[in-house]
Amino acid sequence: MNNFCKTRLKFLPILIFLFLAGSLMAQTAEDTAEVLTEADTAEMEPQLPPPAPAKIDSVKDTPNDRGHSIDLWWSLSPDDDGTGNYVTGYEIWRFEKTETGEMDSVRRKSVPYAVGYFTDRGDKDNGQDPLPNGKDYWYRIRTIVSKTVYSDSEKFGPVQAEGQWYHTGKTPLAVAVLLFSTFTVAFIVIAGGSFDFKPFIIVPIISVTFIWIREIVLLLISGSFSFQTFILAVPFSAVGSLGLFIIAGGIGYPIGRYIHKQKGGKVDLYVRPLSGINAVDEAIGRATEMGKPILYVLGLGTAADIATICSFTVLGRVAKKVAEHQSSLIVPCYDPIVMTVAQEVVKNAYAEAGRPDTYDDDMVFFVTQSQFAYVAAVNGMMLRQLPASNFYLGLFYAESLLLAETGSLAGSIQIAGTDQVAQLPFFIVACDYTLIGEELYAASAYLSKEPILLGSLKAEDWGKSIFIFLAIVGVIAATFGWQNFIDWLAIRL
Amino acid sequence: MKTGRLVSIAIFILVIAAFLFSWWRSDWSKSGLLVTTGAFLTLFILSFLYKDNPYYKFAEHLFVGVSAAYWMMMSFWNIMVPNLVAKLYPSLVGGALPALADKPPDYLFFIPMVLGIMLLMRLSPKGGWISRWALAFIVGTTAGLNLIRYLRSDFIRQIDNTMIPLVAQTDAGISFWGSFSNIVIFIGVLCGLIYFFFSKEHKGLFGGAARLGIWILMLTFGAGFGYTVMARISLLAGRMSYLFGDWLRLINQ
Repeated sequence: MNNFCKTRLKFLPILIFLFLAGSLMAQTAEDTAEVLTEADTAEMEPQLPPPAPAKIDSVKDTPNDRGHSIDLWWSLSPDDDGTGNYVTGYEIWRFEKTETGEMDSVRRKSVPYAVGYFTDRGDKDNGQDPLPNGKDYWYRIRTIVSKTVYSDSEKFGPVQAEGQWYHTGKTPLAVAVLLFSTFTVAFIVIAGGSFDFKPFIIVPIISVTFIWIREIVLLLISGSFSFQTFILAVPFSAVGSLGLFIIAGGIGYPIGRYIHKQKGGKVDLYVRPLSGINAVDEAIGRATEMGKPILYVLGLGTAADIATICSFTVLGRVAKKVAEHQSSLIVPCYDPIVMTVAQEVVKNAYAEAGRPDTYDDDMVFFVTQSQFAYVAAVNGMMLRQLPASNFYLGLFYAESLLLAETGSLAGSIQIAGTDQVAQLPFFIVACDYTLIGEELYAASAYLSKEPILLGSLKAEDWGKSIFIFLAIVGVIAATFGWQNFIDWLAIRL
Repeated sequence: MKTGRLVSIAIFILVIAAFLFSWWRSDWSKSGLLVTTGAFLTLFILSFLYKDNPYYKFAEHLFVGVSAAYWMMMSFWNIMVPNLVAKLYPSLVGGALPALADKPPDYLFFIPMVLGIMLLMRLSPKGGWISRWALAFIVGTTAGLNLIRYLRSDFIRQIDNTMIPLVAQTDAGISFWGSFSNIVIFIGVLCGLIYFFFSKEHKGLFGGAARLGIWILMLTFGAGFGYTVMARISLLAGRMSYLFGDWLRLINQ
């Protein structure tokens, strides 16, 4: 055995030598290859003729923006076959006149072969990469073969960047907003709701005050003051408020008033029953009978998410019933601002029910902003406190099934609702009632019967009618190849 | 001493012993301690499948406490410092965020600072009402902004995507399956929308379309359920891989 080991040890230096020798030889070969490549390149480069230059087709201000941006289109060099074997790319050079009148140039960007457009974006005058509006610029496209072989196009210009007041590509969106707000205001008025015009006066006053305070603060701190902004704040705010008035109520209000009067002031907007919402009273009653709490989960959304806002309305209704029935309510929150709003909602509900003394701030509490830690905490509560009824209404993600499954194990009656399509299947299989998508929005209107919410719901239905109409027309247009109609409806951002 | 208590103590000692044994197997190394802790916390959380127990409670409270503290610090360093302190007084953050220290101050950020202070007024017993102004501003502004976003993504874009030819054409002529697919999409969208009409009773032809709509929705949810369950299985596989690979080293990764 020892002899065998010794024999192997003798071979070891030979093996190491062979390995090192192999590595050295490979290295030498690589070096040679590098030298050859460089030599080849150096020899080849002078042989390459310059390519045919690209031709600038158009250089103009980028439309529908705030300015500081210029679009360039050019015809590719005839030598650009789209493979990159010869023409490897293009360089965009921008020229501007200096104070002495000389032309100063800067390379803005390199783009690969077969690309014939570029958008030159910059900043305001005092930005890091200034491209101020209204200043003259010239452009040239350099067709590149190698570092030393290239050809320049004709210089194109002058051209200026400009900002636009109106984004023509968003016209369909503006029409949709106008239609939706008109329908909403009209139906709110029809349903007996009032329309407050005071904000249209107050809002511009607030905005002007803010702008003036800002300018004064800037003057005091940094010594800079924009007289133009100070003066223009008044007409701009007034025009903005007028526009808002026209969009929000200027059309819808008179229509609503007319219909309301025609119907003799007695209009009852119908909302079809939602089984999930009809079960709310049943769930609260069950909790009261069992003497167990009600768990209300608002989801992971922020206070600005539509689903969370709708959930607040339902929470108000649930809290009011809980206060009336003298049951207890648990509202664990994921978001601190949601918690703050939820506390206000529950507090108001208890006051409305005539039992403000039974309200406790600890009913609504913050847990954590970590998704699965929140789930772990809520699941623990479910199994320890065994709530009689669980409500999951709001914005939910991967925690939906974990919550609903645990609630099911705890034997609670469960009502869920979310507008997250991916989470709805889990609620449907694990909960007793599920509000699907927009049903959650409708629930708040159905429960409160407030004219504002009922009017909004009715307006949404009209919006859907328009959707169906446009979809049918669009399908006919697509089937018969009427592309103009489809293009007209598209939003260009 | 009651039997239940004795059993609890015995289990506790067993868990501690198992923990120490696991750490000893990794030569008392730091990485070994981390892997063992991770594995035991995973098992504590999984013990919830049996029933609520002190080990689950321990893991839950640890998880909630650590995450709350972690997110508080994250919010402070990722939101408060760069978006407020660095904007109002850049030189103050020079030590922590030198890239922001050279920028000029932006005094417009006094407005969110004031709103933030107004929110904190909730802590004052008499000034709690002031926080409602800030809340109204946050909810109103973002809801208004969301209106445009939703109109664009859920209304205009959806109409745009529904505008498909019912007779799909390919280079070889009419595509049967392409046309079938387009017709299903078109009818599915229309009937799905009809289901979500709330101000009209679902009766007659309208009711029939709504019923078809809910069937289509349920089919979609079924497909979505299967798809997401598969994703969850992969998460479970990841955790099992951690337990049997990283911790017990029973499988090669």
